[in-house]
Amino acid sequence: MSPVPAQKINRGEPMTEAKNYMHKYWWKILSIVLLFYTVIAGFLFEVPRLPLLQETIRNLYFHVCMWFAMMILFTISVVNAIKYLRTLKMKYDIYARNFAVVGILFGILGYATGAIWASFTWADPNITVIDNFKTIARDPKLIGAAIALLVYFAYLILRDSVQDMDKRARISSVYNIFAYAILFPSIWILPRVLDSLHPGQDGNPALDVKNDISSGMRIVFYPAVIGWTLLGVWITTLKIRTSIIKEKKLSK
Amino acid sequence: MQQMPTSQDAGNAITINNIVLILKTKLSSVLLKQIITLFKKDLLLEIRQQYSFYGILLYIGATIFVLFMAVEAPEGNVWSGLFWVIQLFICINAVAKSFLQESRGRMLYFYSVASPVAFVLAKLLFNTLLMFVMSLLSLLLFTMFLGNPMQKVLPFVGLVVLGGWSISLVFSFLAAIAARAQQNAAIMAILGFPIIVPQLVLLMRLSNTAFAPLLTIPMSTVLLLIALDFLIILLAVILFPFLWKD
Repeated sequence: MSPVPAQKINRGEPMTEAKNYMHKYWWKILSIVLLFYTVIAGFLFEVPRLPLLQETIRNLYFHVCMWFAMMILFTISVVNAIKYLRTLKMKYDIYARNFAVVGILFGILGYATGAIWASFTWADPNITVIDNFKTIARDPKLIGAAIALLVYFAYLILRDSVQDMDKRARISSVYNIFAYAILFPSIWILPRVLDSLHPGQDGNPALDVKNDISSGMRIVFYPAVIGWTLLGVWITTLKIRTSIIKEKKLSK
Repeated sequence: MQQMPTSQDAGNAITINNIVLILKTKLSSVLLKQIITLFKKDLLLEIRQQYSFYGILLYIGATIFVLFMAVEAPEGNVWSGLFWVIQLFICINAVAKSFLQESRGRMLYFYSVASPVAFVLAKLLFNTLLMFVMSLLSLLLFTMFLGNPMQKVLPFVGLVVLGGWSISLVFSFLAAIAARAQQNAAIMAILGFPIIVPQLVLLMRLSNTAFAPLLTIPMSTVLLLIALDFLIILLAVILFPFLWKD
């Protein structure tokens, strides 16, 4: 592929020239339906009552889905960064940024739901909150997620620190790809090296068919992942549209 | 510099063709010659402008002296924790200037005479050497001032070299990003610390095995670190051409 010559990068052209998948609405309806199903089935369906976990296992439909959605959104972000470097079209940079922002939002929600869950399961009521935090925060999954969030916060800071539009897009795309390519192997490696409180450390957590979650839970869990991810994409498309309008106003 | 052939327009895109092209040119002696010339240039600059080299040496000495005042005879895990954190800061200071020192005009000159792959590989090579010297030196000072918890001396020295290499590779590339964004070394810390954490965790765990007389150093973890280093080199080679152009 030959690089796009500089004069062809026309900022005046509309950034959403193609009527792409984002303008269809069936998946938005699907997202709402799946999330209603998640909430209703998640709270009403039968779940196995394990010692210690008991009914809190229902949080799986919310907590784990947040992390899935975060990882998928970050992956979409890095795909758009690669697309930007290949085509040098501004819209891909805007996509990459907004997917990263919403990914961060889902990461924070994942921490919030995890904190609620941990307070009922892992936390020892006999010691103070701070002592509990000290032991739980050492968990490799929490460390991995914190690294991911820090990387994308750094991405946003780097991106906003450059004034020139093309340069900003290029530098932040390069960092996005570099960070992602190092971050994700290490997120998969770290839990296998450090001890964890999270279940399923020996295999592939949440994807192991045989001895992970019960089949009754699986029929709620997988739709829930899809529903939450679609919600994330929906939020992102709205953000992308507002930022494209802002860019257009600025370039006029 | 004169004998370099002009403009190798290697790489503006991540296409397969281009990577194949890069690999082909990589095998050719032209690229190797460019790398060696650029590496010599960096070495010569370092020898001529010795103040920066001595500056880093003084930084190492002063930091470790402060630690010497602050803690006496730390335990093994405290020792290794302090050691690797100090390595991190030494690396940021040593590596930051490698790209930041190049002025705009000079970058333009390199752009016209050398390929980006050669340029970035020369920088990585030079920073590797620099960090190699610095980490061995700080290891020496650490053992002098803060005691010697090493049970297996040679494996730990190897580990220090490997760790210094990992850190220098990551921060070299981030220095390139920081230089292009016209930022100072502070942004390197923001960009780099989250990325380097997993490698540091692996290094600290390996250090603890080197401090314990009965534990053996797991080779798989060492190989993992080496694999990560090669991943970083590959990423730098692929991504640097995009940073290079204005």
